[in-house]
Amino acid sequence: MSLDKPYLDVPGTTIFDAEQSRKGYWLNQFCMSLMKPENRARFKAGERAYLDEWAMSEDQKLAVLARDLNRCIGLGGNIYFLAKIGSTDGKSFQQMAGSMTGMTEEEYRDMMIKGGRSAEGNRVVGEDGDAQAHRQPQGKH
Amino acid sequence: MARITASVFTSHVPAIGAALDLGKTHEPYWQQVFAGYDYGKQWIKEQKPDVIFLVYNDHATAFSLDLIPTFAIGTAADYVVADEGFGPRPVPKVEGHPELAAHIAQSVIQQDFDLTIVNKMEVDHGLTVPLSLMFGQKDPVKDSWPCKVIPFAVNVVQYPVPSGRRCYNLGQAIRKAIESYDEDLNVQIWGTGGMSHQLQGPRAGLINREWDNAWLDKLIDDPEACAAVPHIDYVREAGSEGIELVMWLIARGAMADVAGGPKPVLKQRFYHVPASNTAVGHAILENPAA
Repeated sequence: MSLDKPYLDVPGTTIFDAEQSRKGYWLNQFCMSLMKPENRARFKAGERAYLDEWAMSEDQKLAVLARDLNRCIGLGGNIYFLAKIGSTDGKSFQQMAGSMTGMTEEEYRDMMIKGGRSAEGNRVVGEDGDAQAHRQPQGKH
Repeated sequence: MARITASVFTSHVPAIGAALDLGKTHEPYWQQVFAGYDYGKQWIKEQKPDVIFLVYNDHATAFSLDLIPTFAIGTAADYVVADEGFGPRPVPKVEGHPELAAHIAQSVIQQDFDLTIVNKMEVDHGLTVPLSLMFGQKDPVKDSWPCKVIPFAVNVVQYPVPSGRRCYNLGQAIRKAIESYDEDLNVQIWGTGGMSHQLQGPRAGLINREWDNAWLDKLIDDPEACAAVPHIDYVREAGSEGIELVMWLIARGAMADVAGGPKPVLKQRFYHVPASNTAVGHAILENPAA
């Protein structure tokens, strides 16, 4: 039986559904552990050793070490969980979101002040908006 | 009898909480956001609600991937403000209303909505930012929030999330539950989250001013049509996190007109882009006095 997932053709977007959740369980639970100050301190003191305490895949660990949030999301991470890594690093949510677009922090902030990214061309894969794969990475830096 | 007197709708962007907590409210960037709440702050002082039934979502705070309930009602006497990674927000703890919450749980489950009853839960910015926006800044120790709060957490993080239709129907069940409570209480229902925003992937930063405002028109004037909007429209048009807007339909479904009563009065409507990554929307609807 096929499942109804009408959101698979939205460009630049991974919907965190039951399947992604299953893949990302340990990655997200590692992130959750960073809500405790003592765990944040231990992670900062030795990231690799701390990650090795979790039943994450090697790819997931490398994506965390590289702070590659797009890769983390592809491997089952959810942005609200991944945000705990950003908090640990002292990053704002805007810095985290912007880091996934290929834009510099300034470019992303300016885009938001000017009204944000347009939905035009960014609704369905195959259009020509700035979030489409053929226009990645974004930004002029 | 308890009665629902009004509904309040607002975004709950965490950066708004941070701007309040770090004293940035007078910066021009933030002034434009807070100005939209000046009316609401004055209005709520006059309304003096006894209880707020506050619909929000948990952001990987109280609920880890170990367990995420679709609908969870807080029946505790109080709720601790969570450390979301920067330390807890400096706001007072949240006082619950266990008797009314338990009454609502009993009634709503018997109306075929499967609520999870929660007796211990930390609350995050989804719940505390709307309180700060409407009641202003409060000292975490010397002050308290001026009324009781029943937290009602909806899963909008892990798909599939409940449909707009289901949320709207749930609001109607909550209205029946509240209005069958014997004590004379002034209850408001708040729907929070949204409006358009996307926090992930190369499409992060998506905002859709036209869609948001057309959706808000429908929410106010034609909630049946608003409830019929499918998930995929929210994702395509309002960004992957814009789906939070389904929570506004719970509050809208609890208004008198949906049960055959008079139309609500629109007391405030506000829209501003941006707060951090997000379009901020806010509205107040009042049920005409019986």
